[in-house]
Amino acid sequence: MSKATAAIVGPGNIGTDLLAKLQRSQNVDVRWMIGVDPTSDGLARARAKGVETSHEGVDWLLAQDELPDLVFEATSAYAHKANAPRFDEAGIQAIDLTPAAIGPFVCPPVNLDVNISAPNVNMITCGGQATIPIVAAVSSVVPVEYAEIVASIASRSAGPGTRANIDEFTETTSRAIEVVGGATRGKAIIILNPVEPPMIMRDTVFCSIPAECDRDAIAASIHEMVTRVQEYVPGYTLRADPQFDDPREIWNGHARVAVFLEVLGNGDYLPTYAGNLDIITAAAARVGDLMAAAKTGVSA
Amino acid sequence: MSTAPETVVAATEKPRIRITDSTLRDGSHAMAHRFTEEQVRLVVHALDGAGVEVIEVTHGDGLGGSSFNYGFSAVDDIKLVAAAVDEATRAKIAVLMLPGLGTVKDLRQAHDAGASVARIATHCTEADVSRQHFKAARELGMETVGFLMLSHRATPEKLAEQARIMVDAGAECVYVVDSAGALVLGDAQERVQKVLDEIGREAQVGFHGHQNLSMGVANSVLAYQAGARQVDGALLALGAGAGNSPTEVLAATFERLGVPTGVDVSSALAAAEEIVRPMVSRIPHMDRSSIVQGYAGVYSSFLLHAERAAERYGVPAHEILQRVGEAGYVGGQEDMIIDIAMQLAEERDLGDLAALGTR
Repeated sequence: MSKATAAIVGPGNIGTDLLAKLQRSQNVDVRWMIGVDPTSDGLARARAKGVETSHEGVDWLLAQDELPDLVFEATSAYAHKANAPRFDEAGIQAIDLTPAAIGPFVCPPVNLDVNISAPNVNMITCGGQATIPIVAAVSSVVPVEYAEIVASIASRSAGPGTRANIDEFTETTSRAIEVVGGATRGKAIIILNPVEPPMIMRDTVFCSIPAECDRDAIAASIHEMVTRVQEYVPGYTLRADPQFDDPREIWNGHARVAVFLEVLGNGDYLPTYAGNLDIITAAAARVGDLMAAAKTGVSA
Repeated sequence: MSTAPETVVAATEKPRIRITDSTLRDGSHAMAHRFTEEQVRLVVHALDGAGVEVIEVTHGDGLGGSSFNYGFSAVDDIKLVAAAVDEATRAKIAVLMLPGLGTVKDLRQAHDAGASVARIATHCTEADVSRQHFKAARELGMETVGFLMLSHRATPEKLAEQARIMVDAGAECVYVVDSAGALVLGDAQERVQKVLDEIGREAQVGFHGHQNLSMGVANSVLAYQAGARQVDGALLALGAGAGNSPTEVLAATFERLGVPTGVDVSSALAAAEEIVRPMVSRIPHMDRSSIVQGYAGVYSSFLLHAERAAERYGVPAHEILQRVGEAGYVGGQEDMIIDIAMQLAEERDLGDLAALGTR
C-alpha cells in the first residue's frame, strides 16, 4: 500500500509532537522535517527518528527532485503567508497550524469532508478544535443564535506566540464558532492558569437553544460528536452530561445548554496536561491522514 | 481632584493619593451587571461632584465581559461609558479589560466613546499577555494602568517581576490587586513595597482591596505608607465578594491621616448613602461565603456565581468556594464553579464524603 509523502515545516514543540502522531499513520509517510536553525533540537529529534532534515527552510524543500504530497506548517503566520503560494504552485496540499488562515478553517469531524481537496486548510486554534465540534453538534439539531466557549489552559502550555497576540485567539476562535460551528454569533474566551501541578485543558461550551426543543436529541448529538473526536483525541471527555438551563429573559428568552469538557493530551512529545496543544496536532494529523487516504484511494 | 495648584501645596504636606472609584465596574458584580444608563449618570454625577478623579465604568469582568459565563450586561458597556463621559465634568472615565476576554477592538470602541484611562488586568503571573493591549492603549493616547489580579497567589518578588513586564509594555501604574481579599496587612504592604522597588522610578504603584477579611481600607493605608499613590474604592463597598474598600471610608481615613485625596468626605458619604444605597438590592457584606473567599483565596467575583450554582445543584455556596480555592482556579474560570457544584452534588448523591478532594 502506498502512502502519501509529507513534510513538516517548523521543528518546534508542535512540529515534533505532530511527527510522533504522523509516524503512526497508515496513510502518511513523513519524509522531511524542515527548519531554519542548524542547531535546532527539533531537527535532531526528527533525524533520530529517521526523517531527513534540512535547516535551509522551504527553499531547500522545494528544490528537491521529489516533492511531498502534503506539507504541515507549524511555524508562524508570517512564514506561512510567504510559503503558502509556493506550496500551492508546487501542487502541495498544505495543512496550516499557524494563525495565517489562508485556507478554510477545518475541524475534522465537522467539515473536513467538504475540504478534503482544498489546496490549503487552516487548523483554527486549540480552543477551536476542542469546542467547535460541540457547537456543531448542537447546531445540527437546533438553531444556535449564540455560542460561547471558555478554554482554560495551563500557563506552561501557552507559548510566546499565543501570549504576544492573545486577541488573535479570541477573534479567530469566535469567527470559527460561527463559520464552522454554525452559530449565528460566536464568542471565545481563553484563561491561562499557572496552578502547579499544571491543570489539564478544560473547555466549556455554552449554546443558546430554543425555549422549546428536543433536549434529548441535543444531548445525543453531543455524545455522538464526543465519540467522533475521541477517534483521534482519546483523552477528549465530557466531565458531566450536558447541562440544560431553562429559558431566561436575559438570554433573550432562550434556553441554554452547557457542555463541560476535559482534554487530556496523548503525551506523544508534549506533556499530557497540554491537551490544547495535543488536540491541534491530533486534528492536523487526522486531516493529513484523511487527505492522504483520499489521494491514494485508500479508505481510512 | 485637587483644586489647588501644585505650587501652593505646603512643603510639609503629605503626598497625595488618587482614589479611583470602581462602583460602576467592580460594583457591577454585586449588581449582576444590571446597571442602567440612568444609574450610571447618577453615580458619575455624584462622584464627579465629590472630586473623585477617576471613575471606572465597565462590566465587572471588563470590556467584552457580557456573556453566559460572567453574566450579560443590561446595557452595553460602550453605551454606559459614553453616558459616563457625558455626565462627568472633571473626572476621567476608566475602563477595565482582561486580555483573553476583551480585545484591542473593545478598547478602541471604549476610547471612541470617550474613555481616557485603560486598566488592563491579568492574573498575577501572566502579565505578558497584556503587551499588545498596553501598546494599543498608549497609541490611543490613553492613560494606562496595569492590574495584577489575585496578587496573594504570587510572591512579592514574582509580582515585582510581572509589574516590570507591564511597565515595559507601557503601563504608567501597576496595581497590586487583592482580588480575593486575602492579603492581610503586611502581606499587602510587602507586595506594594517590592513592586515599588522594581518600577517606582518609572511608574506609580496602586492597590485594589476587597473587604472579605475586612482589610480593604487598612491595606490601602499600608500600601500608601509603602509608597502607593493610587488606590481603588467603591461607594458603599459595592463590589465583588464582601465588596471593595469603601470610597467614602478611604476619603475619610486619608483625610484623618492628613493625606490629600481631593475627595470631599461629606459629598462621598452623601453619594454612598443617597445615590447608591437606593439602587442596591444587596449590599456586599462579610457573610460566610465571602469570608471563605478571603480565607481560601478565591476570586471575589465568583460569589454570586457560586450562589447561583448552589441553588441550581443544591449544594452549599461556601463549600463550592472552598473547593474552588483548593483547585487554584483564577479569575475568569467562572465555568468551573458549575463543574465543582456538579461534583459536590454527585458526591452528595453517592453519599461518599470520603471522595472529597479525590477528583
